[in-house]
Amino acid sequence: MTVEELAPESRPHLLRGVKLKNDQVRKTWVLLAPERYLRLNAISVDILQRCDGAAALSTIVDDLAEKYSADRTMIERDVRSLLNSLLEKRMLGL
Amino acid sequence: MTTQSTPQVSAQAPAQIPALQPPSAMLAELTYRCPLACPYCSNPLQMGGRETEMPTDAWKDIFTQAAALGILHVHMSGGEPASRRDLRELVAHCASLGLYTNLITSGVGLTKASFAELAAAGLDHVQLSIQDAEAKSADWIGGYEGGFAKKLEVAHWVAEEGLPLTINAVIHRANVARAADMVDFAVRLGARRIEIAHTQYYGWALRNRSHLMPTRAQSEKAYAEVEERRERYKGQIVIDHVAPDYHAKFPKACMSGWGRMSMNVTPQGKVLPCHAAETIPGLEFWNAREKSLADIWTNSPGFNAYRGDDWMQEPCRSCERKTVDFGGCRCQAMALVGDAAACDPICSKSPRHDLIAEIAARDSAEEVAGFTPRRIERAREKSPV
Ligand code: SF4
Ligand code: SF4
Repeated sequence: MTVEELAPESRPHLLRGVKLKNDQVRKTWVLLAPERYLRLNAISVDILQRCDGAAALSTIVDDLAEKYSADRTMIERDVRSLLNSLLEKRMLGL
Repeated sequence: MTTQSTPQVSAQAPAQIPALQPPSAMLAELTYRCPLACPYCSNPLQMGGRETEMPTDAWKDIFTQAAALGILHVHMSGGEPASRRDLRELVAHCASLGLYTNLITSGVGLTKASFAELAAAGLDHVQLSIQDAEAKSADWIGGYEGGFAKKLEVAHWVAEEGLPLTINAVIHRANVARAADMVDFAVRLGARRIEIAHTQYYGWALRNRSHLMPTRAQSEKAYAEVEERRERYKGQIVIDHVAPDYHAKFPKACMSGWGRMSMNVTPQGKVLPCHAAETIPGLEFWNAREKSLADIWTNSPGFNAYRGDDWMQEPCRSCERKTVDFGGCRCQAMALVGDAAACDPICSKSPRHDLIAEIAARDSAEEVAGFTPRRIERAREKSPV
């Protein structure tokens, strides 16, 4: 098995056993994974909700750049940094 | 139950908590029954048998309350949770509540069909224990012939179902030479994570300490070899590594702080801050069959005993690490210096730290002899009259 690399045409998705949850008790979105959870901010939720295994990374970035009327390069940097950290934690598939 | 590391939470979790936060994890010890007999088992020395266990409905009610209270992860453990016939029903119930369900298992007692049922019922993750990286030694340590082969089979089923797999390994004198091999082995099994923990001396492990403790040189070598795998397997497997306590400078943040993140429920319904909590005399713990979980979390005297820092003594009280390690482990302080509120003697700042070197010098060795195998004392069926 080799370590996967993010490319514009990658189709990121949460691996089985990794789940988004809108936590009613803490009033925040969390990412549930084996033995840990991560509290998510709004942009992370927006990113991860788009990681459905169908949309390509480039499409996700375009979509978010439009939604936030923000610079595409900056959005791409945010998206890549989140997804890379999840890849390293074995929470994401491409 | 095999897992030896404390529940992990995100780095964003605040280090110091002004008000009581909701718990995020529950270790549900469904049963103490287990076909294996690991000499380091963290279960108590006195264990209730089947006739003392809570019925299905009581567990379901506890899980329903847990979800409402903010618990995110339920770790179904034991003993061997597959010893309970209602495991599938309990998993399905947790899944229906949106709880993340983790099965902590030795693998023994599962069949391909029963495992497929658990996966279909909504199981999220499997934690499979291994006793060693080679069959003969592994089966000897666990006291169960054929156990190792069974685990290979179970790992295969987990992969087939596409569920995430964590391998748990506890390191001690009889397998310390193969700590790093166990990481390699976990990678070959397709595990996404490995929890590799040097033995923590509670329960049966404390009883067997003089048979389990490796030498300092052995521990350090094993530790370094495992750490070296981190880079090599980056992106393939996540290594959660618990350092050998008796050879450390600072104690671990036991349970991420007493009563801060998680609760344990015993097969009989008692709710504890950690599995060894009952070894501290004089603490009052409540039972989920008598009180609500919310009430227990907030008001049980046993939970409140070591929350915050009012209970702390020096050197912890004025130490800047008190929000990092919370003064270490209460049960260890109790077991080793006879005072649960004392600084964990593992800490190099503890006035009793010399004790650790003394114990390590006395109890550590290279030679592997026997153990006292973990077992349930047969409960007396009827009173003699
Ligand atoms: S005996 Fe071994 S497998 Fe059984 S509960 Fe204890 S540690 Fe786990
Ligand atoms: S003195 Fe207490 S708080 Fe400070 S590092 Fe040691 S155990 Fe932790």
